[in-house]
Amino acid sequence: MRNYEIMFIVRPDVADEEVDKLIAQFEGVATGAGGKIEKTEKLGRRRLAYRIARQREGFYVLFKLQGGGDMVKEFERRLKVTDTVIKFISVRMDEALERAEKYKALRAKQESKRRRSKPAPPAPAAPAAPASTEQAQA
Amino acid sequence: MAVQRSSSGEGERPARREGSGPRRQYFRRRKVCKFCEEKIDVIDYKDVKLVGEFVSERGKILPRRLTGTCSPHQRALAMAIKRARNIALLPFAAAV
Repeated sequence: MRNYEIMFIVRPDVADEEVDKLIAQFEGVATGAGGKIEKTEKLGRRRLAYRIARQREGFYVLFKLQGGGDMVKEFERRLKVTDTVIKFISVRMDEALERAEKYKALRAKQESKRRRSKPAPPAPAAPAAPASTEQAQA
Repeated sequence: MAVQRSSSGEGERPARREGSGPRRQYFRRRKVCKFCEEKIDVIDYKDVKLVGEFVSERGKILPRRLTGTCSPHQRALAMAIKRARNIALLPFAAAV
């Protein structure tokens, strides 16, 4: 199972209910192809950085999915044949997330090492405590 | 490299000099990688406010020597900027 993010832009002249319908339809596409939906989000109407299909605005929709490459393939095929979708991007996220996890663990390790070597309290806690007492006195 | 730089002519980089004292040394603010500082592990292409900081007025990716970004983060940043361009969050080339 991989994590993907698929973002697409719907034409701005499409009504809100139509967008909702489109989202429901694509949720069906994802689950039908063996995927799992983590989150769907309407990012709303935004100005495009450049014109796409003679439009200057677009309605951004974001899907966060779990699934395999076949699911993405099918999802993209459906996006291509949908006329109201003017642009899309799919990004694989799990590798980046794993890397982030690794860095986080590394930082935590270093932090604990530093604390062990020095008995003094960690830096962020030290200035916070006197500041709060000062405020209480004032 | 450093020796050459310090012995180079006075008038070469007047803009960076601070104050007008006789000392030739100037104090440039030490640049640090924003992503290391703020512990941003995943550079998200959707975060236009963050990623847009590292793009010039014309939409070009700013070099590391101007922004101070570290090498691994610059690579990830370039990726994020290119993704953002693809989905029209950032321009490929902005008119000036």
